[in-house]
Amino acid sequence: MSRVHDMGGRFGDGPVKPEPQDAPVFAEEWHARALAITLACGALGQWNIDTSRHARERLAPLDYTRFSYYEKWLAGLASLLVEKQVLSAEDLAGAAAAAGDGTGAEGVAPHPLAARALKAADVAAALAKGGPADRPSPIVPSFAPGDAVRCRRPGGNRLVEGGHTRLPTYAVGATGQILRLHGSHVLPDSAAHGLGEAPEPLYAVVFPADALWSHAEHPGDEVVLDLWQSYLEPV
Amino acid sequence: MPHDHADAPHSLLPPDPALRVKALETLLTEKGLIDPAALDEIIDTYQNRIGPANGARVVARAWSDPDFKAALLADADPVLAELGYYGRQGEHMVVVENTPEQHNMVVCTLCSCYPWPLLGIPPGWYKSDAYRSRAVREPRRVLAEFGVTLPEGTSVRVWDSTAELRYLVLPMRPKDTEGLSEDALAALVSRDSMIGTDIPEGPR
Repeated sequence: MSRVHDMGGRFGDGPVKPEPQDAPVFAEEWHARALAITLACGALGQWNIDTSRHARERLAPLDYTRFSYYEKWLAGLASLLVEKQVLSAEDLAGAAAAAGDGTGAEGVAPHPLAARALKAADVAAALAKGGPADRPSPIVPSFAPGDAVRCRRPGGNRLVEGGHTRLPTYAVGATGQILRLHGSHVLPDSAAHGLGEAPEPLYAVVFPADALWSHAEHPGDEVVLDLWQSYLEPV
Repeated sequence: MPHDHADAPHSLLPPDPALRVKALETLLTEKGLIDPAALDEIIDTYQNRIGPANGARVVARAWSDPDFKAALLADADPVLAELGYYGRQGEHMVVVENTPEQHNMVVCTLCSCYPWPLLGIPPGWYKSDAYRSRAVREPRRVLAEFGVTLPEGTSVRVWDSTAELRYLVLPMRPKDTEGLSEDALAALVSRDSMIGTDIPEGPR
C-alpha cells in the first residue's frame, strides 16, 4: 500500500493558493532554523537523502497530515537522530524540558561525532558540492527512447516491506513511452534502507494523461516521471 | 525495516514548532553536533544569495543567445556549472522549453523536489498538498488558479520530479521585447514562469 505522502492525483485538496512572487523565502523564522538544522545534521554523514525522505514519509498519517512542511522535516530529523543513535530519546526529552524552562541543558558531554560538525567556513563549499546521484552501473539499459513500457504492478518497494520507493501509485500499471535515458542513478528503494546504492538505469517516461486518469482534462496532455529500470517492464 | 512508530521521537519535543526547533538546536549545539554560525550561513545563503534571479538570468540569456539556448536544452549541467549554478538539489538539471504547441509545468508529487541553485527554496504553494495532488491530474484547473489560461491548441506536459533530476521551464520570450538587454529580459522572468505556473509578459 502507498503511504500518505504519495498524493499524486488525490481528490479533495481544494484550490492552490499562490503566494506573491516576492513573499519572504521563509514565512517564519523557525522555518529557516529548521531547514538549516536539517542540512547541518545531514553533514554528520549518518544518512543519505533517500533515508531522510523516508523518515518524513513514514510519519504516522495523522502526523503527516497535520504537520506543516518544516514540521515534517523536524519530525523526520528527530526520528533519524534517535534511530542512528546520534541522540537518545532521553536527550530529546531533556532538551524539551530545558527549552521549556529556558535554562538550557546542563553538563552535556561532547559528542563522538562533534568533529564532523559543519563549520560556517565550509557551508558554501558543502552546498556547492551537492550530492550527485549518478553512478556507474553494471546493469545494461533494457530500453531506448520510443520504447513502450509499463510500470510494474503491484508497486511498492520490492526489497523492504513498506519501504521507500519513487514510483508514485498513480502510475502503477500504466503504459508509457521512454522519452530519454538519464544514465544510471542510485536506487532509492535500496539506498534508503542501508542496502547499498544499487545504481541502475533511470529513464524519463512519458504517459498520456488518459493512461493515468479516468477523466483526463485534455486529450493531448502528458505526465513525465523519472523511473528506474526495475520499476518498468516491456510492453 | 521501515520503522513505523506509534511513539515517534518527535513527540518527545515541545508541541509548539518554534519551541521544538529551539530545543533541538540547543541540544545539538551543546553536543557540538551543529555550529550556530553554520546555521546562520546556510540561512543567509538561501534567504539572500540563491533565488529565482539565478534562473531568470539563465532564461534571459537563452532568449538572447541561440547557441547558449541550444547547449542548455541539449545538456544543461555543464552549461549551468560554468555559470556557477550547481549544487545541492541542482546536481542533475534538465531544461524544458515551452512552445506554442506545448506548455511545461513542474511538480514533485512525492515530496517537493525543486531546483534550489536556480530558484532557491520552493514557495509554500509548491509544497502544498493541493499542488502536489492536483498538478498531475488537472494541470489546467491548477493553472487557472494562477490566472493562466492556455490556448486550445497547446498541450500540457507535467514533469513529476520522482528522481534526482530537477526541471526548469524555459518560458517563451514575450512579444515586444526586441532589443532589450539580458538584464531587462531577466526582470520579466518570474519564479513561477520557470515552474510553469506563470507566463512572462512583455514590458508595459
